[in-house]
Amino acid sequence: MKVLVPVKRVIDYNVKVRVKSDGSGVDLNNVKMAINPFDEIAVEEAVRLKEAGTATEVVVVSVGPKASQEVLRTALAVGADRAIHLETDADLEPLAVAKCLKQVVADEQPQLVICGKQAIDDDCNQTGQMLAALLGWPQGTFASEVAPEGEVIKVTREIDGGLETLQLTLPAVVTSDLRLNEPRYASLPNIMKAKKKPLASKPVAELGIDVAPRLSAVNYAPPAARQGGIKVESVDQLVDKLRNEARVI
Amino acid sequence: MTILVIAEHDNQALKPSTLSTLAAAAQMGGDVTLLVAGNGCGAAAEAAAKAAGVSKVLLADNPAYDHEVAENMAALIVSMAEGYTHILAPATANGKNFMPRVAALLDVGQVSDIIKVESTDTFARPIYAGNAIATVQSLDPIKVITVRGTAFDAVAAEGGNATVEVLEQVEDTGLSRFVGEEMAQSDRPELTSARVVISGGRGMADSEHFHLLEKVADKLGAAVGASRAAVDAGFAPNDMQVGQTGKIVAPELYIAVGISGAIQHLAGMKDSKVIVAINKDEEAPIFQVADYGLVADLFTALPELDSSI
Repeated sequence: MKVLVPVKRVIDYNVKVRVKSDGSGVDLNNVKMAINPFDEIAVEEAVRLKEAGTATEVVVVSVGPKASQEVLRTALAVGADRAIHLETDADLEPLAVAKCLKQVVADEQPQLVICGKQAIDDDCNQTGQMLAALLGWPQGTFASEVAPEGEVIKVTREIDGGLETLQLTLPAVVTSDLRLNEPRYASLPNIMKAKKKPLASKPVAELGIDVAPRLSAVNYAPPAARQGGIKVESVDQLVDKLRNEARVI
Repeated sequence: MTILVIAEHDNQALKPSTLSTLAAAAQMGGDVTLLVAGNGCGAAAEAAAKAAGVSKVLLADNPAYDHEVAENMAALIVSMAEGYTHILAPATANGKNFMPRVAALLDVGQVSDIIKVESTDTFARPIYAGNAIATVQSLDPIKVITVRGTAFDAVAAEGGNATVEVLEQVEDTGLSRFVGEEMAQSDRPELTSARVVISGGRGMADSEHFHLLEKVADKLGAAVGASRAAVDAGFAPNDMQVGQTGKIVAPELYIAVGISGAIQHLAGMKDSKVIVAINKDEEAPIFQVADYGLVADLFTALPELDSSI
């Protein structure tokens, strides 16, 4: 079966972001960018399915500026077979991205789409579910284990209070949680080989999809700063402070 | 203004996250209908009718909604969405699962995990692991919103007097089937609603040492949490994880033990009223947000703490 994996280029998860002083957004100039960590896990899972003989081809897709091709190359170096880049300089919302992906699904006819559960920039956690809805496919969100079995796929999901297993009829959309797997590093020879793998690029504007924003940003602000605290010398002093100063125990 | 709130429940009663979501709905103003969907959830609907600020409870009790599978939940909500200006659900694993599906089927955007209601169409939400707060205005005719429970004070669970109306129609897509579940057993309070949370990190060294935390937790009536490092190392199950990708908590007292304080962890707990950090590395970033910091070896500090409270 063919597996499609959407990936997003986001700010590196180690970077501490700064809100611009005029409140117009987050300062992304000269900030290290990388593949969204959950998408890395999704790519890894697709490549493992291919190595296990379940998947025949792994196609990665990214919607974003020209620089998104870097993260597609990263995915190719990890083992994806080819890449599709839908180019736009606009910051598309999850619904618009899901609509773009729906088009890719129509062209590529994958049996399985594996997305990351959320992007660490907008923290939305919407795209996979929205894509499943638009396609009329079942969804297996926050997956910590996936097991395709013929016409169905068993997905173990991380839910509040534990784990839940669902059986979905294929084709389906799965979104990866942290514990689905440990993504591998791309080796240097594979990074070199990835440069020769096919990467097709097409402007989003040519798809004829309504990508108009549904949300208008009013303002961005840094979170309220916490008051600096104090260091205590001993456990007794700590308990005393909690009891008599903070009055929380 | 008519608001539909999707209840999170355990078949018997509403979860605290639902009461917080009702509080967010109250701030938007308007008539609030609460949908209780599930399998064998009649008691929850009766409890829901008593919640403050609810004018009507809709009960969809059918095996199709067992474990709130997203495909059927979304189909149900979309089938009854007409006439509502706002659809709200708690930003729990369930709400996060079916609400974007609802939004896409209605062809509207979703506002995830709101922490503040500015007006009927403008909301604040954290982005970049809580390092920025975005205020956004929804331009869609129907606002589909998930609500961060810890950001809103729960409405009273008693005192209301709503009518319960049974929904006869059943939406069964047949796309997915519940196979089984493995729930972590715990007698302690639920992490997201606990008044006190004590969490362990990689510094706990192994899962055996978590009982040191548990002893203190039992004395304080606290829930036990963990950092991602502790979960990845297998010290604790993943439903105990506090952070950007785990649970978001805002207790009165949060005690971080052996946790360095990566931004992904802080995103899940920095709205706690009082934060205590116990760490042997005095340079650990957790001390920058802690109200009270103790530089000490947790293996001596925890038993001391246990005996002195």
